[in-house]
Amino acid sequence: MSRKTDNTQTQESPDFDPQRRSFLGAMATAAGLTLAPGVILYSITKSQPTEARELYAAVSSDVRWGMLIDLGRCESGCDDCVSACAKENGLRGHGRPTTDAQWIRKVDIKDPQTGNSKSLPMLCQHCENPPCVDVCPTGASFKRADGIVLVDKHTCIGCRYCMMACPYKARSFVHEVLEDQKSFAPRGKGTVESCTLCVHRIDSDRLPACVEACSDTGGGAMLFGDLNNPDSEISKRVAKYASQQIRADLGLKPGIRYRNL
Amino acid sequence: MKRIIYSEIDGNSKPFYALAALLGAFVLAALASAFYMEHYGHYVTGMNNQVVWGMPHVFAFFLIIASSGALNVASIGTVFGKKIYKPLGRLSGLLAIALLLGGLTILVLDLGRPDRLIVAMLNYNFKSIFAWNIFLYVGFIAVIALYVWLQMERRMNRFARLAGTLAFFWRLVLTTGTGSILGFLVAREAYDSAIMAPLFIAMSFSFGLAAYLLVLMAICRGTGRELGDTVILRMGRLLGVFVGSVLYLTAIQHLANIYAAQHAGVERFILLDGGIFTSLFWIGQVFIGGLLPLLLVYRTPKQNLQRGVAIASALVIAGGFAQLYVLIVGGQSYPLNLFPGMEVSSSFFDGAVATYAPSLPEVGLGLGGVALAGLIILVGIKVLRFLPTTLANAAIDPHHEVTTGRP
Repeated sequence: MSRKTDNTQTQESPDFDPQRRSFLGAMATAAGLTLAPGVILYSITKSQPTEARELYAAVSSDVRWGMLIDLGRCESGCDDCVSACAKENGLRGHGRPTTDAQWIRKVDIKDPQTGNSKSLPMLCQHCENPPCVDVCPTGASFKRADGIVLVDKHTCIGCRYCMMACPYKARSFVHEVLEDQKSFAPRGKGTVESCTLCVHRIDSDRLPACVEACSDTGGGAMLFGDLNNPDSEISKRVAKYASQQIRADLGLKPGIRYRNL
Repeated sequence: MKRIIYSEIDGNSKPFYALAALLGAFVLAALASAFYMEHYGHYVTGMNNQVVWGMPHVFAFFLIIASSGALNVASIGTVFGKKIYKPLGRLSGLLAIALLLGGLTILVLDLGRPDRLIVAMLNYNFKSIFAWNIFLYVGFIAVIALYVWLQMERRMNRFARLAGTLAFFWRLVLTTGTGSILGFLVAREAYDSAIMAPLFIAMSFSFGLAAYLLVLMAICRGTGRELGDTVILRMGRLLGVFVGSVLYLTAIQHLANIYAAQHAGVERFILLDGGIFTSLFWIGQVFIGGLLPLLLVYRTPKQNLQRGVAIASALVIAGGFAQLYVLIVGGQSYPLNLFPGMEVSSSFFDGAVATYAPSLPEVGLGLGGVALAGLIILVGIKVLRFLPTTLANAAIDPHHEVTTGRP
């Protein structure tokens, strides 16, 4: 039997070409190496269909992201929101206060007539009618459907007209070369930037870093949510308590509101 | 009045090449400044997150404003039919193009990402006055080029008036656009005003004519072409009217702001206790750039007329730079009014007057823009026939014989 088999093999042996076999083997390996990553990626996306779909789903104007900041709970010396923002987005000072970027800052205000003083976090107000978007010549400053105002770092030419137009001094110009950036918060020398409302967190159902820090270690003054959803906590609170917009007279309809201002 | 003959300048003398080399050196210095700023980032300049537009913008605004004003000389000749201005029209167009290119070069090289100029050319947000201005500037250059060609090509002269009218209205819109870059900034108390457009138009008339007078006198002196007093007297008087208009509109600008109690702070800052800005306003803008030139153009004795008008023009330009510095840098130095009626402080300089000291690269970039404009004029008059061989009274003044009583 074995002999017969051997014979059969021997009969087929004239066709056998070791070079051809090794060539085919190499081709198969190359093809496998080429296709494998795609197949693996495909299977990964297939195995987590909901996450993938949510991440790339179009942003909807049904949502209007906003914030309510209660100054009754905001301490003057506390800057947990500021440090959380810096850590989250990879913002580092260069020891040059006039040119270092600040996406969120604590502002102390005092009424000279009464002596009453308050402290509040100031950030991009994510206006419904943002002047930065109006004046941007290239359209790099834009507003997402859900109300988040962002800068497209690929089309910003660094003219700084948006910084001239913003009433809140919310924007910073990147004055130097940057290193060790966060992949989800790209920044670039020569472009303008500001608070993104931690859009990368919002898109994966997490709170902005400042809000999380304020709730964890600060006074719990910051409430984030959907102003368009009547059942959201923020909508209920702004309906129940008086709240204010900064420079409401300008008609910009900011998404950030303040209580006890 | 004789037939006007235009010619190129010789342009083979040592002084010509020396001047070209000097201007070229300034242009190279500007390129080096821009490269330095772009390589290290803008922290090496005096500009910061408070004063985002600095010295480069003062130079750029000046040149762009003066550009549209320089074209007026041509407009007065072709559009308004003043014969004495006709021989001056071609140079007027060249000056307008040169000044505009100088100003735009500064603006582009100061961008955070000048390498992305193509992005600005391909992506437009039509709600932005900045985007409109890109079209207005590029279109202006095209319209002037056509206008100059129609003036130069005798067979096409009859269309020059049409092109001149288009150019005249274009320049009014263009300066309206430039003024509105600041005028549309609702958040900044020093700017937010419709008067910026007419103010900038008056400034352009004044700065542009001053620049034109200086360039004309310099070329005539350098090439030995005769320049009669008649034309200088006319343009000098006109400069006086323009300088007066700028002073008048500046007064309205500040009076209107003072009247509104909410703007009292910024007015107090500029007019009374703003340090360098207050000095530049009263001494630079009002006295040196306004009152002194008025005195010079109307009161200089006839025998010193040309010198008087030349000094007046130089003073108008110096005053113009002071005015733009006060407007652009001073306007940003006064803090934004985030909480009206409150005292405000933060680590981001809220509520504080901003500090700004122009750095060498910024000044180098600005001067390079001026030098580029000069270089374009120099090359222009060498290769094309922009200037008449003579601007003597007898050659250009249609009433010369009558006024001098000769047959």
